[in-house]
Amino acid sequence: MARDTPAGDLRLAHLTKTFGAFTAVDDLSLTIAQGSFFALLGASGCGKTTTLRMIAGLEQPTSGQVLLGDRDIARLRPYKRPVNTVFQSYALFPHLDIFENVAFGLRRRGIRKVDEEVRRMLSLVQLDGYERRRPAQLSGGQQQRVALARALINHPQLLLLDEPLGALDLKLRRQMQIELKRIQSEVGITFLHVTHDQEEAMWMADTVAVMNAGRIEQLGAPTDIYEYPATPFVANFLGQSNLIEAEVTGQDGDDLLLTGHGSRFATPRDRARAHAGGVWLGVRPEKLHLVTEVGAVPAGRNAVSGVLTDICYAGVSTEFLLRTSWGQELSVFTANSDPDAGLVPGTQVTAHWHPRHSFVLPRGGENETPSGDREPERIEAAT
Amino acid sequence: MSRISRWFAQHWVMGVALLVLGYLFLPIAVVAALSFNRPSNRLSYDFNEFTLDNWRNPCATSDMCDAVLRSAQIGFIATVAATALGTLMAFALARHRFRGRSGLNVLIFLPMATPELVLGTSLLALFVAGGVPLGFWTIVIAHVMFCVSFVVVTVKARLSGMDLRLEEAAMDLYASEWQTFRRITLPLVLPGIVAAALLAFSLSFDDFIITNFNSGTTVTFPMYVWGAAQRGIPPQVNVIGTAMFAIALLLVLATTLRGRRARRAALAAPVVVGQTGGRS
Amino acid sequence: MSALAHLGSAHSAPGAPGGPATARRRHRFLPYLLLLPGAAWLLLFFALPLLQLAAASLYDPNGSLSTGYALTWAFGNYPAALQAYWPQFGRSFLYAGLALVLALLMGYPLAYAIACKAGRWKNLLLVCVVAPMFTSFLVRTLAWKTILSDNGWLVGLLRDVHLLGPDGRLLATPIAVVLGLTYNFLPFLVLPLYASLERLDQRLLEAASDLYASAWQTFRRVTLPLSMPGLIAGTLLFFIPATGDYINAELLGTPKEYMIGNVIDSAFLVRLDYPQGAALSFLLMSAILAVVFVYLRRAGTEEVL
Repeated sequence: MARDTPAGDLRLAHLTKTFGAFTAVDDLSLTIAQGSFFALLGASGCGKTTTLRMIAGLEQPTSGQVLLGDRDIARLRPYKRPVNTVFQSYALFPHLDIFENVAFGLRRRGIRKVDEEVRRMLSLVQLDGYERRRPAQLSGGQQQRVALARALINHPQLLLLDEPLGALDLKLRRQMQIELKRIQSEVGITFLHVTHDQEEAMWMADTVAVMNAGRIEQLGAPTDIYEYPATPFVANFLGQSNLIEAEVTGQDGDDLLLTGHGSRFATPRDRARAHAGGVWLGVRPEKLHLVTEVGAVPAGRNAVSGVLTDICYAGVSTEFLLRTSWGQELSVFTANSDPDAGLVPGTQVTAHWHPRHSFVLPRGGENETPSGDREPERIEAAT
Repeated sequence: MSRISRWFAQHWVMGVALLVLGYLFLPIAVVAALSFNRPSNRLSYDFNEFTLDNWRNPCATSDMCDAVLRSAQIGFIATVAATALGTLMAFALARHRFRGRSGLNVLIFLPMATPELVLGTSLLALFVAGGVPLGFWTIVIAHVMFCVSFVVVTVKARLSGMDLRLEEAAMDLYASEWQTFRRITLPLVLPGIVAAALLAFSLSFDDFIITNFNSGTTVTFPMYVWGAAQRGIPPQVNVIGTAMFAIALLLVLATTLRGRRARRAALAAPVVVGQTGGRS
Repeated sequence: MSALAHLGSAHSAPGAPGGPATARRRHRFLPYLLLLPGAAWLLLFFALPLLQLAAASLYDPNGSLSTGYALTWAFGNYPAALQAYWPQFGRSFLYAGLALVLALLMGYPLAYAIACKAGRWKNLLLVCVVAPMFTSFLVRTLAWKTILSDNGWLVGLLRDVHLLGPDGRLLATPIAVVLGLTYNFLPFLVLPLYASLERLDQRLLEAASDLYASAWQTFRRVTLPLSMPGLIAGTLLFFIPATGDYINAELLGTPKEYMIGNVIDSAFLVRLDYPQGAALSFLLMSAILAVVFVYLRRAGTEEVL
């Protein structure tokens, strides 16, 4: 099969889905470039699976368009779309053997000679020789790969993966993440991967979209999102952040000057998404350094003092909890390259960081919390 | 002493259970034994003398074999009709939303909760009032009626146990609605439909009370046995009874053994293949 | 990608013929279409006959099948029928109740043993519970005639140990009828009971004994309450057909053991007194419904139905 399909980016335009009074997907617009590995990341109930099902044709959008190239496929039946899905629990047909499972799509399109193609696909996912087994006779990881082969054999323009690794244990999951990436670069098909696992999303995808309450909070390369989150939600859903309540008080060259809880901080202007009024000053825990004497803080660094309340040794790193004078608890991660035995709970310490490691977010609604360990909101999935 | 009492404490329930199973099987053993009996006289129910004649010549009383055949015919027609009607209803109930659902559930449930006596007499009242001649077809009508509910319940259980994502996956893989039904839904529901059909056939074949009120002069196998009980039972009745038991038992054992072998293969496979960590 | 080329040519206009809009419209009528034949059959041959039976029970009792019946709203048929046949009525409920007690004593240990103690023999034992039903109901019941016969080993044994007098018998006594009822409907009690015991999490029993419950207390406080749904369903499945049965009374008893079913049978098929037969049928159904209703209220699980 030659790959002469016309260029086809996937574009979602003002896509909306409501179930009764509940809005699962809210005016969603985004573009996924052809050939890219795109991850849709969010907690359960954020609307990511509904979005995926609308692209697959298993759910009808309330309004909006799903464009593949120039064609609106939003109202086509699922079997009329050049889109295939790897389902969450694989949905392998239990009454058909592996060969027939993989050949299913080809046969439905009236293709008679499927033998060679099926064998090629099975060897792509390293399951040669399993043709005559039933799905129930395979392990979870093997079933996962059959589901992948069954979808890929159709050479879809777009492959949808709905939490495809959710049912696997940690070790197998890592292995499959690497394998999925390899296969994606080999076949060059656009992958749209839906997951609630932030590490998985960052690890695998070129582009990550963080979804919350039916909307996209931020979209970009994993590094960009992690290093410079756009909202407090993203700052805490993707990794952890310390968010300190502060006010913008002025400018000093390229730096923005802030005051928070009586301390003064600086941040480069291009690391700020708000330039006046009340803001959140954010910094990732691993960017913080601890010193026991205030005088030891190098010049030009932001610093916060407090008392250590908890110390957790986690192998590769040690995680500290620092209670500030205003009662907030900040997280500090230090790599264990040189374990510091001197620190015990109750020690008076100062945490400092380089201004360019901080980021500034607008502080708007009252429902935003600065807590560094907030659980992402869990809404029951509507689908 | 304490070891004995502990053993007793652990196993007395199983002991009682086996005694009860013995109680359940006692009449079957008697039926099997009597099928080899040459009775001393027509009205005797006691074992007299061993013979193979009854098995060699099961249709010695031709009325009886006619009755068995008629029961099989009625059972077949009623099974086909009830399975078709019940399966359609099960699909509607399991897969669609519609008004009047709870009313329909009551309509399906009630025939199973109503005493057979009432089902039989009410149909008789209807047939007599409507001037319908009683016979083969009134029996079929009655049997379809009381089998439908059992079919609905059996098929619906199978359908609602089915993963809807399998159908979605088929549609995702270019199967149209009809192809999805033909290739995925039907094969997966078929065991339920077959089970329902077997249940319907055995209910129909063995029914006496409802048939008794609606048969007119038509004689099914249970009707024949009922009549013969007054006049004297030919020993061939026990041959039929034993044969029925043996055939049904073999069928059931064959399917459970097949199921067990498939399960064992499924469990063993990851160990044999064991390429990726052997999780099943 | 030749295969995808023809997919691309498929219509793309929203709401095109065959699109989801028409599919949805078609789906709105589909369930009714699927339901129509079966529901019609049940309405015609289950619901309508019940109405006809109700009408027949109010026919003029002086009519006859040959001269024709007139619907005279003769409510007097009911007290008349009850007065004539109350002993048979009472006997139906008494025998079915006694059989139920016996069946519970036998069926609960059986279901419990299969569900919790049988291990790998579970399926085989389950088949054994159903297997007796593979043979004809009537043939099985007739076999009891042999077992209980005056010349049989059982009566002989009971006479030898003086549980029966030298002329004592089992056949043609209430004992035979109750034993037959117990036997014939026992599987209907065991199967639902087994289903709910099988779902019982064994760790709950361990938790109970960890929390100082003796074996009996564990059964009384944990197993029994959790098996209630199966117990109720099984009891109803046993009691309803047992009350309406007349085969056991006919084959194993004498007219002295006749139950209401025998009376109804003869009213319709021998005496041809339709109004009385219909009235008795309706009385039986209402009596059973009343017992079931009271029972469910007492058991506190109306959801079972």
